[in-house]
Amino acid sequence: MSGVRVLVGTRKGAFVLTADGARQDWDVSGPHFAGWELYHLKGSPADPDRLYASQSSGWFGQLVQRSDDGGRTWEPVGNKFDYDGVPGTHQWYDGTPHPWEFARVWHLEPSLTDPDTVYAGVEDAALFRTTDGGQHWHELSGLRDHDTGPSWQPGAGGLCLHTIMLHPSDPERIFVAISAAGAFRSDDAGKTWLPINRGLQSEGIPDPDAEVGHCVHNLAMHPARPDVLFMQKHWDVMRSDDAGGVWREISGNLPTDFGFPIDVHAHEPDTIYVVPIKSDSEHFPLDGKLQVWRSRTGGDEWEALTNGLPQSNCYVNVLRDAMAVDSLDQCGVYFGTSGGQVYASTDSGDSWAPIVRDLPPVLSVEVQTLP
Amino acid sequence: MSSALIRVHLPTHLRALARVDGEVELDIDGEATTQAVLDALEDRFPQLRGTIRDQSTGKRRAFVRFFACEEDLSHQTSDTPLPTPVAEGREPLLIVGAMAGG
Repeated sequence: MSGVRVLVGTRKGAFVLTADGARQDWDVSGPHFAGWELYHLKGSPADPDRLYASQSSGWFGQLVQRSDDGGRTWEPVGNKFDYDGVPGTHQWYDGTPHPWEFARVWHLEPSLTDPDTVYAGVEDAALFRTTDGGQHWHELSGLRDHDTGPSWQPGAGGLCLHTIMLHPSDPERIFVAISAAGAFRSDDAGKTWLPINRGLQSEGIPDPDAEVGHCVHNLAMHPARPDVLFMQKHWDVMRSDDAGGVWREISGNLPTDFGFPIDVHAHEPDTIYVVPIKSDSEHFPLDGKLQVWRSRTGGDEWEALTNGLPQSNCYVNVLRDAMAVDSLDQCGVYFGTSGGQVYASTDSGDSWAPIVRDLPPVLSVEVQTLP
Repeated sequence: MSSALIRVHLPTHLRALARVDGEVELDIDGEATTQAVLDALEDRFPQLRGTIRDQSTGKRRAFVRFFACEEDLSHQTSDTPLPTPVAEGREPLLIVGAMAGG
């Protein structure tokens, strides 16, 4: 019987949650790397037993861990992330030039076809790649060397490259998103990059429709329709039908269009999920009611999903990498909260139940659908 | 050139990473300095590279401290000789995560 493995990164360690296809009885293992921040863990689509984890600490810096047995055992691999050449500067919060400095790995995106190839999105924003299973990391510096690079400014969480999407059939095409520079696309496997932010409007920057400077929080794509992109921006939920050429707002009837994650149903390319958050200064749900909102029309028309979620006195947040879907016939949807809960739905979001309730604050959730 | 067995006390998280219990003992050829100790430590435990000092610049990480004989050696240059009790293995070099929230 098929099953799922949920990889949870938290402020104080990693947890691996497994269940069979019914997704009712869960085995929880962890904490792995207890006491460390696990910004992200992700499995290789080409080899589900191959996992990568970003482990970091304010004291001891960045490590990358690799498992070859589905998360039972781990080995540290390479953790040297040197920018290519002389890194130069980006803008600091006060507008002054600030040297590019590596802080941590926010996101690991394994290749769709090669378990030894992984992309890493880091702070200060840059894209790295390994082709030897994590032993060595090399920057794809064409991104940071973009003409606009010196003007990029950090968002509240730092100047971080937090989202990486690989095209399902065109290995040359990569999408990334950076807070607070915006979204970028490469059509030559990462050598050169194009800002893809036309149509975005951000009131918090001097020129609301500037080429770069937008605080994109997350991107999502359905592999069957890779030219259609969805975006949760700082404020606004957006959609592009031409691989980022131009965006239009699809916030529709959402009660607030601020939020962090966005995801797409595994089998329905027009079914998308967001978690509306009150505002950029109040990072919790409206009225203390935790709600996932679903659109089955590719945006504009949304419905609240509340069954099984706390509808009073709930003031948690859901971070950008803390939502994922499985690809079982009945699509499962998962998200983790700053309160340490991981919720799962086995019916596309109609109903929810917690898998675990009391983990450290959840930073990321990824799901593997196992044969 | 002298040869000494240097005792090194690692913080909990780095002991777990190195998969050791208690102190680490390191053979140092030549003068015992923090740089020589860290070179030997990272040779034996490559997984510690980057956790105590930057891999490219060798600069101590901001929230890591070096203590010995009730003194803070963190701000000495890395080629400063360690105190004699440390160099002779009578006292450990303490590598410490600075007190800083979290």
